[in-house]
Amino acid sequence: MLDIRNLHATAGGKPILRGINLKLRPGEVHAIMGPNGSGKSTLAHVLAGRDGFEVTKGEVLYQGRDLLAMAPEERAREGVFLAFQYPVEIPGVSNMYLLKAGLNAIRRHQGLSELDAMDFLALVKEKMALVEMDQSFMNRSVNEGFSGGEKKRNEIFQMAVLDPKLAVLDETDSGLDIDALRVVAGGVNALRNKDRSMLVITHYQRLLDYIVPDFVHVLAGGRIVKSGGKELALELEKLGYSWLEEPAQAPRPVSP
Amino acid sequence: MIGVTQDRDAATAAFARLWEKTPSGGRSWVDRVRTEAMARFSQLGFPTTRDEEWKKTSVAPIARSDFRLPEPAPVPASVDADSLERLTFRSEGCAVMVFINGSFAPTLSRTGPLPEGVRAGSLAAACETAREVVEPHLSRYATSDGHAFTALNTAFLRDGAFIYVPDGCVVPRPIHVVFVTIAPETADGAPVLMLSPRVLVVAGRAAEMTLVESYASAGPGRYFTNAVTEMAIGRDASVDHYKLQREADEAWHVAVQQAHLEGTARLASHSISLGGGLVRNESNVVLAVEGAQCALNGLYLAGGRQHVDNHTLIDHVKPGCVSREVYKGVLDGRARGVFNGKVIVRPLAARTDSKQANRNLLLSDEALVDTKPELQIFNNDVKCTHAAAIGQLDETAIFYLRSRGLGREAARSILIHAFVSEIIGGIKVAPLRGSLEALMMARLPEPLPAGMEVSP
Repeated sequence: MLDIRNLHATAGGKPILRGINLKLRPGEVHAIMGPNGSGKSTLAHVLAGRDGFEVTKGEVLYQGRDLLAMAPEERAREGVFLAFQYPVEIPGVSNMYLLKAGLNAIRRHQGLSELDAMDFLALVKEKMALVEMDQSFMNRSVNEGFSGGEKKRNEIFQMAVLDPKLAVLDETDSGLDIDALRVVAGGVNALRNKDRSMLVITHYQRLLDYIVPDFVHVLAGGRIVKSGGKELALELEKLGYSWLEEPAQAPRPVSP
Repeated sequence: MIGVTQDRDAATAAFARLWEKTPSGGRSWVDRVRTEAMARFSQLGFPTTRDEEWKKTSVAPIARSDFRLPEPAPVPASVDADSLERLTFRSEGCAVMVFINGSFAPTLSRTGPLPEGVRAGSLAAACETAREVVEPHLSRYATSDGHAFTALNTAFLRDGAFIYVPDGCVVPRPIHVVFVTIAPETADGAPVLMLSPRVLVVAGRAAEMTLVESYASAGPGRYFTNAVTEMAIGRDASVDHYKLQREADEAWHVAVQQAHLEGTARLASHSISLGGGLVRNESNVVLAVEGAQCALNGLYLAGGRQHVDNHTLIDHVKPGCVSREVYKGVLDGRARGVFNGKVIVRPLAARTDSKQANRNLLLSDEALVDTKPELQIFNNDVKCTHAAAIGQLDETAIFYLRSRGLGREAARSILIHAFVSEIIGGIKVAPLRGSLEALMMARLPEPLPAGMEVSP
């Protein structure tokens, strides 16, 4: 599904990713954990194709194709979805419109017929139930005036409608209280299946109580420094991140 | 300095000669008004960029030009109901008054049945037949005193639209006034066609009406539209006003709109500016009696080398009046936009409630806009806010849309459309709104996916 090989990337000329290797097979859920500044969000944005990041070395293969050569919309149409850490507010564009236009662009690309208003509405109703969203959200402007929890639920709802093959969830738990977290995680779990892979990026182990990953990777200093099963998350929770940063950053004590 | 004065004198002298040649129409009281206006214009001359109100807009091309007046001519066969619809909008369900090169064209107009006592017709005719309702209002609000273009319009006043709605009368259908210019090719340096359309609206106490003004051209070419609209809005009356400016790309369009509101009267005015090479729209409102309310909304789209200037003035004279103002501009190419929003709160105008916003979207590196809110407040018991913004399309929002499968140009189109839809969505005349939607869509980088129209 996804094969990241020796990925190096800079942001504003500053090296952030320094050789990431990661392989996701269909149906697998991988968690990436790491301290602030370790490169988690950069990885998510590089995978989605955001401007402002430069890949200096390495490659990313998605279903055997060069992902990095694709425009962001092409990635989306090929089945890559990014759930944003900070979903963008777009006044004047309704949620309904964005989703319908997006879904139909994806369907056209995949050689499927566009959904008409009736079929689209039926699909939307079904998926809204997954994240316990009220239908009135559909006619509101995208994320405008949404609470933090509503924005994150909206991301997962969009993911449910767009039905991606690879979902990258960037700190989907940040800013959520425990009830909202449970709803969002429930939505994500309902979307797990044997064909869909997920990359769950998080700072805290808490999310992984609800979305139980198949593998956990620890990112520090732009590299994956440790990989393991779900129990690695618990270990990190106990020990924190400080023990990891030393080999990557190696700050030397200053002699008096 | 001497050179400038000479130019000014030469320009006004040329207009005086042109004016001598205009037929008087035999209406002595109107001639008096016109003569006074001509004298005033000769004193004032055209403004220059040294005048504070004209700092950002040079009318030198107009001041330097020679002008001619339209010849009376039959309506060409090419102008019919269908072509008018293309120039304006499908105004089915509206009472329509058409003016070709400034003259009322009865064969193209269809006012249909209007409520008893309502007048909607030629201003020239009304000056003769309804002097008692025209004279107390004509040139009383848009005065020639301090404004050269208003003086010039009045001096060359020939015809226009006169709309009178008596006390307590509700006009159910919008009244659409269409000014169409047919300008033949003008060689460089040859006299340019000048038109002085005039609209006078008198809405009686508790009257209700909707007025749409369209300015359009039957073809390309350079001409000069110098328009004045006066609106006297009585106590408790309610007027919805729309102006749709779709002049030819090379045309010069200067328009002054002056509204006078009595107590608890209400005016909602929308100014949509799409065409013209050099454009100046002025919208002035006097909230003259307690409790009057106005909303001024504007949208200007400019590209190429268009210069579009919007000046508004809301004068809170008495207590407890409300004003709302939102102007939005989208500028592309090397277009230049100017917005100046003046709000005056007079010493007596306690409990004034005023909000103003001007937002501009620049689509190219070379487009430019000057925006200036100007609040003059002489009372402490007021609530006044203003906001001005100039920005480009939000790259984060573009990326967000692309990450959902939409192409870059589609994403840009969606965001531009969302920006203008606030103004277009506020238009209550459905066919006008629909037509503007279509015009807007045609200007977007890429046609929008279906379903984006502003809902009715």
